[in-house]
Amino acid sequence: MDPHIPADLDRHLTADARRWLADAVTRIGQDPTAVRAVFPAAGRHCGRGKLIDGWTVADAARARLLTALPLRGAALAAEIIALYRHGDAAEQRAVLLSLALLEDTDPAFAHLGLPLVHEALRANDTHLIAAAAGPYAARHLDHDGYRQAVLKCVFCDIPLNRIAGLAERADRELARMLAGFAHERVVAGRDVPEDIWPVVRAHPGLLEATGLPAETQSPVPERRAAAARALAAYSLAASAGAA
Amino acid sequence: MRIFDPHIHMTSRTTDDYEAMYAAGVRAVVEPSFWLGQPRTSVESFTDYFDALLGWEPYRAQQFGIRHHCTIALNPKEANDPRCAGVLDVLPRYLAKNRVVAVGEIGYDSMTPEEDEALARQLELAIQHELPVLVHTPHRDKAVGTRRTLDVVRESGIPPERVLVDHLNELTVTMVADSGCWMGFSIYPHTKMSEDRMVRILKEHGTERMLVNSAADWGRSDPLKTRKTADTMLAAGFDDDTVDQVMWRNPVDFYGQSGRLDVEDVEPDDTALFEGNSIKRGGE
Repeated sequence: MDPHIPADLDRHLTADARRWLADAVTRIGQDPTAVRAVFPAAGRHCGRGKLIDGWTVADAARARLLTALPLRGAALAAEIIALYRHGDAAEQRAVLLSLALLEDTDPAFAHLGLPLVHEALRANDTHLIAAAAGPYAARHLDHDGYRQAVLKCVFCDIPLNRIAGLAERADRELARMLAGFAHERVVAGRDVPEDIWPVVRAHPGLLEATGLPAETQSPVPERRAAAARALAAYSLAASAGAA
Repeated sequence: MRIFDPHIHMTSRTTDDYEAMYAAGVRAVVEPSFWLGQPRTSVESFTDYFDALLGWEPYRAQQFGIRHHCTIALNPKEANDPRCAGVLDVLPRYLAKNRVVAVGEIGYDSMTPEEDEALARQLELAIQHELPVLVHTPHRDKAVGTRRTLDVVRESGIPPERVLVDHLNELTVTMVADSGCWMGFSIYPHTKMSEDRMVRILKEHGTERMLVNSAADWGRSDPLKTRKTADTMLAAGFDDDTVDQVMWRNPVDFYGQSGRLDVEDVEPDDTALFEGNSIKRGGE
């Protein structure tokens, strides 16, 4: 998690909200089961406005509540998983965003939150998918799982800059999948999200290995046009990469 | 024009849809069991859903003059949740039911080992219950996923003519055509496949073993896409008999392999009761 979030959060809270949050943190410290009531209530007490990209005020307030839990390892994971499983979409999102922070606070938490990442990546709610594709997923997903997560985000029009770890984890196989995705979009006469091109371009030859370039000769006008647009965007990514 | 929609999730649709479908010529549907958007967390949620596909939904369809059958399976996405794996154990009970005309949707979502296991076991169940199978192809990495699906189908020993591979597009149709399996196409607004693209595929690959469906569900979709594709076929020069082959005889032939398909005409009848309930609101 961005280390600025806690400071930003305090700036965004009213005096009442700050008091409510401090009191909630104290109560959780005394009795961890108190989190079950204050965690859902954080949105209405602290506000739901945007804090920074990908985080609302409520997300950050909920993250603070979770890190206040006086539990460790499996006991911490059990409480977090139950909050997720009984949570609405906003609560689930906050849990997903907090996973990396929980691991930073308690190394014994480790990979115990990973089942929640897998569950969220199977969802159709793009807020959950984007929240799941954070630094915790980048640390713990295996290669197949990470590639599928990226592909799912692309498929759901989630910008790739929201996915953690792409610079380190993008590999040739992921680039091949993205090139195949681009080909499929072009054959449908549709646009390709431009942020995939730098990843594909990093592995020369992959785009050429698909049938996408040949689509510029398609008898179907919309396929020809989509292919021309895709190839133009691809070369633009190439020259940007060279610069 | 008579239409058989071989893949539509009526549970997610309204009675207005049923009325409009009947008016458009739809007289029979198959509803594959699938994923409901909200993940299920227990085997019991699945059995309640299967019971609805075999009980309440055909009753609703009948009110509007539409024959309703279903396919039953653990879908690939939820096959990944260990809490749902037990669904595989209750399937034999359901695969014996009269209105179940195939095992489906099975196949791959993210191509995980759990999905491999569920796919292989359900292909075996289809062979044991002498049922055809409806195979979903993944939305992501589709070409690779479709090829792998065809490999697993071949290894299972199920005859290809009992397999319908669905959600195909221009890049996957040829490998399925070569395999001897039936080819399904989901016509969606905006994504997947459009009416015009479908007609181009039919012109290029012919109309044998070809099925067209709306796959309408809780997402952006259109239960009249079958009729719209039929109209597009006619406008492109296909004759009435060829349209009837794609829109009616092909799905009847495919699902008829179950020996359980009943597509005798039903008249719309909104007076019938299902376990004491009707679709009428109080006072009507």
